[in-house]
Amino acid sequence: MVGILEDKDRIFTNLYGLHDFGLEGAKRRGAWNGVRDILSQTPEWICDQVKNSGLRGRGGAGFGTGLKWTFMPKQESERPHFLVVNADESEPGTCKDREILRNDPHLLIEGCMIASYAIRAHACYIYIRGEYVFERERLEAAIKQAYEARLIGKDNVHGWDFDLYVTHGGGAYICGDETALMESLEGKKGQPRLKPPFPAGAGIYGCPTTINNVETIATVGSILRRGAEWFAGFGRPNNTGTKLMAISGHVNRPCVVEETMSIPLRQLLEEHCGGIRGGWGNLKAIIPGGSSVPMITAEMAETALMDFDSLREMRSGLGTAAVIVMDKDADIVKSIARLSYFYKHESCGQCTPCREGTGWMWRVMERMVTGEADMAEIDMLLDVASQVEGHTICGLGDAAAWPIQGLFRHFRHEVEDRITQYRAGRPHVQGATLVAAE
Amino acid sequence: MSVRRLSPNQPASFAFQPETLEKAKWWIAKFPAGRQQSAVIPILWLIQKQDGWVSEPAIRTVAEMLGMARIRVLEVATFYTMFMLEPVGSVALVQVCGTTPCQLRGSESLMAVCKRRIGAKDHLSADGKFYWQEVECLGACANAPMAAINDYYYEDLTPESFEALLDDFAAGKAPAPGSAMKRQGSAPEGGPLTLSDPSLYDGSAAQPKALPNAAPKAAEPETTA
Repeated sequence: MVGILEDKDRIFTNLYGLHDFGLEGAKRRGAWNGVRDILSQTPEWICDQVKNSGLRGRGGAGFGTGLKWTFMPKQESERPHFLVVNADESEPGTCKDREILRNDPHLLIEGCMIASYAIRAHACYIYIRGEYVFERERLEAAIKQAYEARLIGKDNVHGWDFDLYVTHGGGAYICGDETALMESLEGKKGQPRLKPPFPAGAGIYGCPTTINNVETIATVGSILRRGAEWFAGFGRPNNTGTKLMAISGHVNRPCVVEETMSIPLRQLLEEHCGGIRGGWGNLKAIIPGGSSVPMITAEMAETALMDFDSLREMRSGLGTAAVIVMDKDADIVKSIARLSYFYKHESCGQCTPCREGTGWMWRVMERMVTGEADMAEIDMLLDVASQVEGHTICGLGDAAAWPIQGLFRHFRHEVEDRITQYRAGRPHVQGATLVAAE
Repeated sequence: MSVRRLSPNQPASFAFQPETLEKAKWWIAKFPAGRQQSAVIPILWLIQKQDGWVSEPAIRTVAEMLGMARIRVLEVATFYTMFMLEPVGSVALVQVCGTTPCQLRGSESLMAVCKRRIGAKDHLSADGKFYWQEVECLGACANAPMAAINDYYYEDLTPESFEALLDDFAAGKAPAPGSAMKRQGSAPEGGPLTLSDPSLYDGSAAQPKALPNAAPKAAEPETTA
């Protein structure tokens, strides 16, 4: 057996698309089973069960899902409630929601129905990233089936009027931020809103809104069907459940796999991915949770567990559990510089520290790659990074700063070596470098 | 931020084709009354599907259709990088992912192929058939490196297989999307190591079973019978 999780405990049983994605196949695999019983319970019961399961948001921030749902108003008013599913999966390294959208869409639809009932919403929007054209076609087809089978819609068999709509974005990473997503859903530029008001008070169209990640919502049906204790039985306390993990980069066999939380990172890589290219000894660094989290070194990866707390203790994070592996052949400075370019490209331009800072950091990082920099610029770069971090409306500023901080925390000496080597062999007269370079 | 401006060469007018218009109305109907602005991104996308790009007259038409100020539609068209603001290749729009996970697995060699065959990035090829871009993470990192060609994902590419793909497109064929090395989705190369238990798929999961932890009596029973 590979890994820790057994097949019988897997939620996403069609992860690789070997079976029918449609309603018939999904029902055979257990989707929609017992949804009627679940909806005969109270919304409070559902929130309590989800709380007991310990499910934390799978989109990166890891906020308790059951708790989030209880922030919604307890009574419906003239302002309708909305559920919005964040399927704008754009974090570099992350490719897990895509598998749900194209291969197990009924788990998501079922989860939307249950979550909407729990927050007393009669309408749900799934905001899928624009580039996922095939995935959107699959999802639309699955929703059509669900409507035809009267599982959702007005007067459906479950007795809770519920409409589900798919909409899509236009290729902006920033729309993965919940408030930017709401702006985009309203047909505007995706520039994040200030909080408060929080979405549960005033979200899309000024109405109470809950926003959850695809994986979070798609997990809910299985949790309630199998019991909160079942889900809470995986992983360490406060880090419970199963999780889709996506491994990319320098492993022998990159893949997406469902595993228990708190699986040792090394076991995940060795057993599911056939190990590091060139053996474990060839490992250089790992970004364990999508591009926004700081990297960890090979030594840290020996003992890291794939959960929120373990990785936070290493001053990194679980994020979306998207593991990007870099072996010793990788130019890690260049890899991080490429991420800096990504954040520069994706900054929405609303807050000055991020709009100007991401471009500035990228330009300096590019010079760090060649070594054409000054030693003092390293500290200047870190200083600017810390001034961008925490001084923006949304988390993109933080996300742009963290990879750079992570690089210099662990591999500062490598950058310094590059600068030294670049200087060595060049004339030591000020101004002569320019002439020499020509 | 990426700086994006409208093309200096604009057509005189824009007209919806009937099926595009019908689709546009379907999108508008998804949103609550008075919130038709929400459909602006999908409608601009439909226009791009119809014409290949988003022109200035099209932006004006959409503004009129949705009751929006023109500047608001212009903002959307220039903010979202999926909207092409100048004509693209008649045969293929090639978007190579260049972000770190793909870079680590060799996207630079794919871009070298593009440069050699098509020319400079963000420009039409000499024959007007191809147009290529480097784009940011497309979310298929476990199948890196990859490229989206005319909306669909071609994954696990090597310079050789990528070149063969481009040959196919140039020859007027439409190669099937997916993994170039015939991987099953995002399963590890060589086949899935998990999800082999037949009892997951024999229908036993669909058998009725009691709801765990059910409250003794529901406080607000939903009666639908």
